[in-house]
Amino acid sequence: MTLFLGAAAAIFVAILLVLIRLFAGPTLYDRVLAVNTFGTLTVLLLSILGFITGRPDFLDIAMLYALINFVSTIAILKFFRYRALGRASADGEER
Amino acid sequence: MTKAVALLVALFALWLALSGYFKPFLLTLGVLSCLFTVFLAARMKLLDDEAVPLQLRLSLLLYWGWLGREIFKSALAVSKVILAREMPIGQQLIAIPSTQKTEMGHVIFANSITLTPGTVTVAAGGGRFLVHALNEGFAAPEGFAEMDKRVTAVEVR
Amino acid sequence: MDFFTVDLLRDIASGIAFAAGGVFLLIGTFGLVRLPDVWSRLHAAGIVDTVGAELMLIGMMIQAGFTQATVKLLLISLFLFVTSPTATHAVANAAFVAGIRPVRLRRNEAADVIGETVKKAAKS
Repeated sequence: MTLFLGAAAAIFVAILLVLIRLFAGPTLYDRVLAVNTFGTLTVLLLSILGFITGRPDFLDIAMLYALINFVSTIAILKFFRYRALGRASADGEER
Repeated sequence: MTKAVALLVALFALWLALSGYFKPFLLTLGVLSCLFTVFLAARMKLLDDEAVPLQLRLSLLLYWGWLGREIFKSALAVSKVILAREMPIGQQLIAIPSTQKTEMGHVIFANSITLTPGTVTVAAGGGRFLVHALNEGFAAPEGFAEMDKRVTAVEVR
Repeated sequence: MDFFTVDLLRDIASGIAFAAGGVFLLIGTFGLVRLPDVWSRLHAAGIVDTVGAELMLIGMMIQAGFTQATVKLLLISLFLFVTSPTATHAVANAAFVAGIRPVRLRRNEAADVIGETVKKAAKS
């Protein structure tokens, strides 16, 4: 139990550091990178919380969060590149 | 057909791993949902080399072990750069040739480069990758050549 | 007694994994704050996404033993292993296309790769 609390504390401090970059980041890409890293750390924190509270169901939530985090990163980048989510093609013809 | 069966087996293994149920009724429902998914995938013409990469050799697992060691080594190197008082950064954009034949091979090689801290694949074109490296230490062509050789060995049928 | 020893060994092994993973997480996020521009920060985020996260997950797997939780943790680590480089590449490529270039660039062979793509697109 102490092990898990220590790991959770490390992840928590890391999340605080990422938040600094998230608010300070001069460009959009700094912020997207910070959000992506924030998502990875959230996945880890969710799994650890599952062990601390003794409820393995949290692992399912962590798994879903990992997938949604990836999709949202790609969606944000795509939106800011083509200003559309639907029909823009990969080679940017319909910009 | 082989790919459909392989996808069915993989889906059902995933279903079992995620649900953990072994009652006959629920197992039947699981098999049915997997069959329906495979039917939809076949209807969408998704059963190709990209969705069901059966053509890859099993040595992919050995390659992942080697890659894990490389990732650890370069993570240590990047940590040293971050913690140094005067951060020794000399950023580089270098062209790396790739010898893979299939798209899957290119994806594995590019993703391996990106997974290794210190190098990131930025763009691809003309059988080459544009790679961003943190400083000269990460831009050595020998390391890329060895990774390229290993990926090609995994990918060839 | 024997059971107790196994438990202790397990705690030691996962403690090592947690400690190493936590150190890498902190170094990576510290780099995310400290490094000068987007391009160098990509590498700091790479440390967090690969070594830090995987070591933490391995520590949890050791604690969970041979249970369903370990299978789920394995799946999570596989997802991260496959998706994190793709996300990093997407950020790098978007920044490149948007015209952001690294500060203190020592060597630039971008024309070698991008130029050929343009030529090929024009031919076809």
